[in-house]
Amino acid sequence: MSDTPGTGTTGPDSKAPQSAAARLFDLRSLIGGLFVLYGIMLTVAGAFTSKANLAKASNININLWMGLGMLVLGILFLVWWRLNPVRPAQPDQPKPYETGADR
Amino acid sequence: MVERSFIRGAGLTAHEEVRGLLRLHVNPFDYTILGIYFALVIAIGVFARRAVATSEDFLLSGRSLPAWVTGLAFISANLGAIEILGMAANGAQYGLPTVHFYWIGAVPAMVFLGVVMMPFYYGSRVRSVPEFLLRRFNPATHLFNALTFALAAVLTAGVNLYALALVINALIGWPIWLSIAVSAVFVLAYITLGGLSGAIYNEVLQFFVIIAGLVPLVIIGLHAVGGYGGLKHAIDHTSLGAKAFSTWGGVGVPHWTNPLGDWIGIIMGLGFVLSFGYWTTNFAEVQRALSAKDLNAAQRTPLIGAFPKIFIPGLTIIPGLIALAVIPKLGTPKGASYNDAIPLLMGKYLPDGALGVALAGLLAAFMAGMAANVSSFNTVFTYDIWQTYVRRGRPDRYYLQVGRVVTVAGIVIGIGTAFIASGYSNIMNYIQLLFSFFNAPLFATFIVAMFWKRTTPWSGVAGLAAGTIGAAVMHFAGYHIGYFYPHQVLDPTHATINAQMLNFYGAITAFVADLVVTVLVTLVTKPKPVSELGGLVWGLPSPDAPDPSTVPKPAWWASPKLLGGTALGIVLVLSIIFA
Repeated sequence: MSDTPGTGTTGPDSKAPQSAAARLFDLRSLIGGLFVLYGIMLTVAGAFTSKANLAKASNININLWMGLGMLVLGILFLVWWRLNPVRPAQPDQPKPYETGADR
Repeated sequence: MVERSFIRGAGLTAHEEVRGLLRLHVNPFDYTILGIYFALVIAIGVFARRAVATSEDFLLSGRSLPAWVTGLAFISANLGAIEILGMAANGAQYGLPTVHFYWIGAVPAMVFLGVVMMPFYYGSRVRSVPEFLLRRFNPATHLFNALTFALAAVLTAGVNLYALALVINALIGWPIWLSIAVSAVFVLAYITLGGLSGAIYNEVLQFFVIIAGLVPLVIIGLHAVGGYGGLKHAIDHTSLGAKAFSTWGGVGVPHWTNPLGDWIGIIMGLGFVLSFGYWTTNFAEVQRALSAKDLNAAQRTPLIGAFPKIFIPGLTIIPGLIALAVIPKLGTPKGASYNDAIPLLMGKYLPDGALGVALAGLLAAFMAGMAANVSSFNTVFTYDIWQTYVRRGRPDRYYLQVGRVVTVAGIVIGIGTAFIASGYSNIMNYIQLLFSFFNAPLFATFIVAMFWKRTTPWSGVAGLAAGTIGAAVMHFAGYHIGYFYPHQVLDPTHATINAQMLNFYGAITAFVADLVVTVLVTLVTKPKPVSELGGLVWGLPSPDAPDPSTVPKPAWWASPKLLGGTALGIVLVLSIIFA
């Protein structure tokens, strides 16, 4: 557990702002969302691929495979995010509210 | 490390004929994919803005990020597009010996940073690498390092911006000035709003997208040439020949034939001095670890980064070799330049859709290369120059404001640098060469400082200066030494010199010069009292470090030693397989 993340910023100055780092959103939702979206787009494109595109890619339906791969990765990120929604614990964050009365 | 050769090669080819090949046929579907990505880039900045209330939130992400995020950002900050295109170019030119830049030239240093050095950086609560030098040495050493780092960082940001513009110009056809302006605005938006968190989150996203863009190239390319065996067979019939597949062949002293020179240069120069100097003291890298939420996460940052680093050669060197096999005249005066390898493969193999993803990854990688430099520049400038020497003791809100202004200033200087580079790429080359002299000796100073508590304040700046001079002297003297030329015969025109090998030997010279001068000056000047060195030197615990028995032990899978040992083991096995 870290002691005072705001080294040098907190201290005698009672008006020193508190770190808002705990409000940072969880990146897993965003990676998951993007890859699911890209995955669907590419999978659909792969399902309706043209002969020319297929020949260009050495007869591999790369959009289809890539789309499915991205879809799986995206879903894995979303599942990880749902199952383990840890917010970075900020030991100093609750303190002002707990100890500093209510104002 | 590859910026100079990339720009020297004028980025991509200028031949009319090749330019026609390079131009990608990007259709509305690809533009949709690109558009979604760039909307997300801005969204990250906007959402990360809520998490910025203090200067440390802005410049160090409030030291709150989990290890997997900082670890992937650690590797991504280095996985700029210049690195990707440049390493593919090296792959096409030299073959598998290029893996030395990864397995010898990166992984051991990353493990050392995580296992040995991170407790000094994170445990001492310094906010930057120069600040460590200030506490360990004196203001002279600090200022020397802070100024050279800050200048080199904005310059590298500008070079990335210029390279990005060159690539957009070649691939899509936008004019250079428009590409510079548009990409600068994107970077400006997400790092002025979101600060380091905005930069790091974008780096992690970019990591996945660039991998998603490169994997199809490797799959299709290998399929087209008949697998790895087919690739070997095809390369045998090129000018590079079978030696492309031996990483350690021809490294004997004195009759070296390996494209990277002899084993002394590769192991000592690249693997020890350059690699440890870059990965353990370059603040653009170390900053990612300092933004981690606790010491264990900080230690794991470079270790988590080491695992992808081991396998990235498969996505850069292999496409380079595939390009050599399937693109006629690649690397010859009449054909495309080696730097074109990946863009040419993208145009040749990727259908619409996959092409959009690869293009998004490539453009994002250029922006990340710029953002990483600007976001480390603003931290060093705000804390190490402005707060330390110009305006001390102001409230934190003031320094947050300074950080924002400096970010904008850094980008503006970067734009200026990009325009200078577009007109005078030679000047840019010389300036970057100059800064490489400053970087070469850094690791010597750090290693002595951390393990020898007598090392005195004045030995710091003296050692760094001596090492810088040593690197410069070796660089210019080397051109007159026959050993650095193919077949060990001096070429009076200096055209065929093995520049990589000379670079490695220059680093060795810098290291030795720094070491000798640091020790000599230490012996005749006054050391710091031991009471001021707690947490900065091996064996002297920080006075405000928590009692070790109260710190919860990390889970077994999060042990830095286990992760580091595993990474080194994988590298060893791969090195034997591909020897």
